[in-house]
Amino acid sequence: MPSELVWLIFLLPLFSFVIISLFFRPFLNNRPKLGGYITIAALLGSLGLSIWALFEVMAAPGHSIPIPDINWVVIEGGLTIHLGLILDSLTAVMLLVVIIVSLMVQIYSQGYMKGDPGYHRYYAFMSLFTASMLGLVLADNLLFVYVFWEMVGLCSYLLIGFWFHRPEAANAAKKAFIVTRLGDFGFLAAILLLYFNTGTFDIGQLNTLAAGGALAGTVLTWAAIGIFAGAAGKSAQFPLHVWLPDAMEGPTPVSALIHAATMVAAGVFLVARTFPLFAHSMEAMTTVAVIGGFTAIFAATMGLVMTDIKRVLAYSTISQLGYMMLGLGTGGVAIGIFHLFNHAFFKALLFLGAGSVNHATGTFDMRRMGGLRRFMPWTYATFLIASISIAGIWPLAGFWSKDEILVSALQAQPILFYLAMITVFMTAFYMFRVVFMTFGGDYRGGEEGHGKPHESPAVMVMPMVVLAILAVVSGFWNVTGQFGALFGHGHTQGFAEGFFGILTHALPWISLILAGLGILLAYAIYSARWLSAERIGAMFKPLYTLFLRKYWLDELYEQVIVRLVLLKGLFAAFQAVDSYGVDGAVNGLAKGVMASGKAIRRAHSGQLQLYGLFIGIGIIVILACFYLFG
Amino acid sequence: MVGLEHYLILSAVLFSIGLYGALAKRNAIIILMSIELMLNAVNIAMVAFSRYIVPLMLTGQVFAIFIMVVAAAEVAVGLAIIIAIYRHRETIDATKIDLMKW
Repeated sequence: MPSELVWLIFLLPLFSFVIISLFFRPFLNNRPKLGGYITIAALLGSLGLSIWALFEVMAAPGHSIPIPDINWVVIEGGLTIHLGLILDSLTAVMLLVVIIVSLMVQIYSQGYMKGDPGYHRYYAFMSLFTASMLGLVLADNLLFVYVFWEMVGLCSYLLIGFWFHRPEAANAAKKAFIVTRLGDFGFLAAILLLYFNTGTFDIGQLNTLAAGGALAGTVLTWAAIGIFAGAAGKSAQFPLHVWLPDAMEGPTPVSALIHAATMVAAGVFLVARTFPLFAHSMEAMTTVAVIGGFTAIFAATMGLVMTDIKRVLAYSTISQLGYMMLGLGTGGVAIGIFHLFNHAFFKALLFLGAGSVNHATGTFDMRRMGGLRRFMPWTYATFLIASISIAGIWPLAGFWSKDEILVSALQAQPILFYLAMITVFMTAFYMFRVVFMTFGGDYRGGEEGHGKPHESPAVMVMPMVVLAILAVVSGFWNVTGQFGALFGHGHTQGFAEGFFGILTHALPWISLILAGLGILLAYAIYSARWLSAERIGAMFKPLYTLFLRKYWLDELYEQVIVRLVLLKGLFAAFQAVDSYGVDGAVNGLAKGVMASGKAIRRAHSGQLQLYGLFIGIGIIVILACFYLFG
Repeated sequence: MVGLEHYLILSAVLFSIGLYGALAKRNAIIILMSIELMLNAVNIAMVAFSRYIVPLMLTGQVFAIFIMVVAAAEVAVGLAIIIAIYRHRETIDATKIDLMKW
């Protein structure tokens, strides 16, 4: 495969961004469909190229194809920064995920965003996002990765705040940008630390150095933790997870693409990309596993009580990203990325389903939905498939990747394994709570004045069907361990024995039973009403309040950390240093000069006789000096 | 026997009195007189040096005559300035003539 074509994979969406923003939006604003068409066409081109790339990578020795570099910045005798691409199994898989999900979302958006005055702007940003995300996946040095990393962050900001006239959306966009920036600081520090210690930004070289032991010890640990800080910001891991639920203010297809399938997975991808750095530092691996495992259960608890369908899905995303981190921290690249691969499809589908439901009812509040299975059978069927998949029911995609993470957690970090098992139960519960509240029972009216719910148009249903198929079959890739083999990964116990072989082990049964119990409980409460949700909520009132208020973390961050510690403490201290220290020194210097001038000018009385006296004294002093010191 | 040093001491005393007067007195005319005093102290010193060190040459005496001429001219100019100031400001107090202040 010629290397120009690899460049084209991410340049195609970039071209579509340029064309939409430079030509379509200014000149053809009355023909909104064009923006969607060109984006979809560019993505189809990228899809073809990336499938080609995947087959090439599968056939290539070592599953990696070298691509010649371009010198980007050359400083004679100093630094040379290459602009290069990497094409290995990780990249190929990520390309496929990003492009398929993006393509489906763009098709879906044609229906969902229909009639929006910002249609061209929407597609311009979506194209730019896809291009940046593909660039991030393809980049072969950390600097280049960082550029794209910030670009996806920027697109996320622009798209969360797409309806910027709504203050919640504008605030959510700012929150997302600022919170992820905290993590990015760690990432940047890690890049600089690595550069000063090794003199290279190249990921391949860094990985070789770490694997060879040349890069080790404290430097490696801190670099890995710095990179993980960036990853935790992007992937909404505790304690930087607070931006993701608020990011749901953006249009729903944006949530599906950016905040479910791709950008939030960029953190997981980054850890996978620099995995040798983590693998050779026990502390870094443990950090990743613990943060991931904790986030998984932590976010799941909040997902249990939310009533906004998108927020449940947002917490579910955080929880699943925690699983991926746990998989990376305990198992390896293949295990974490396999879950990323499966999760992208079913979570994007869940979000598109939520968008479809919103399209029908005009609300995201599940308390106002209900009974939608009769009105929108396609949405119901696809949503149900995705829910079964995420709950980890055999043989859908979620089962294969989640149970593999559970196995590797059991082997490496037993405590986290038990937490993950509880999370399996919670995941099944909150997903089926959504299913029963949204689609079961009787219709509860939706948004006032929205009219009768209806199935979404074909242009929205079709991508959901495609993703539903993928949510069923994407897991089969690793049924006999081929996905792991692509990453040069050994077989995880029980995960290469084929479709039914897996069921000869005890662990999958335990997780299946837990998931089944979760579904049963959701059925008992929200469908059959054997148990009253209100009664249970009242019974566990402290816990319920804790979950519903999101552990008061938003309040902690905003009131305590931002307002008290930062604004009143740190920033006030900086302000004091600035106004009293820095300004004081400058002003003091000026005032001192003026005061001394005022004092000295008293001597200039205009009395010539006095001047004469001073001249005389001066002469005497000079003579005395000559006499005394020769 | 009156020697060179006596003349020099007289000269130094006269010079000091003149210097004190020039620096400390307020009346511009007295300042002018004090300056004359200093010039005449120099004259005495010149003549004394000439008389005691090179008695056959009259260099010091010639210098003294020059100084007297210059002093006369200076007094003429100085008194004119003082008169001009008096006409202008109704005072010849040197401490009040402080236009060079600041």
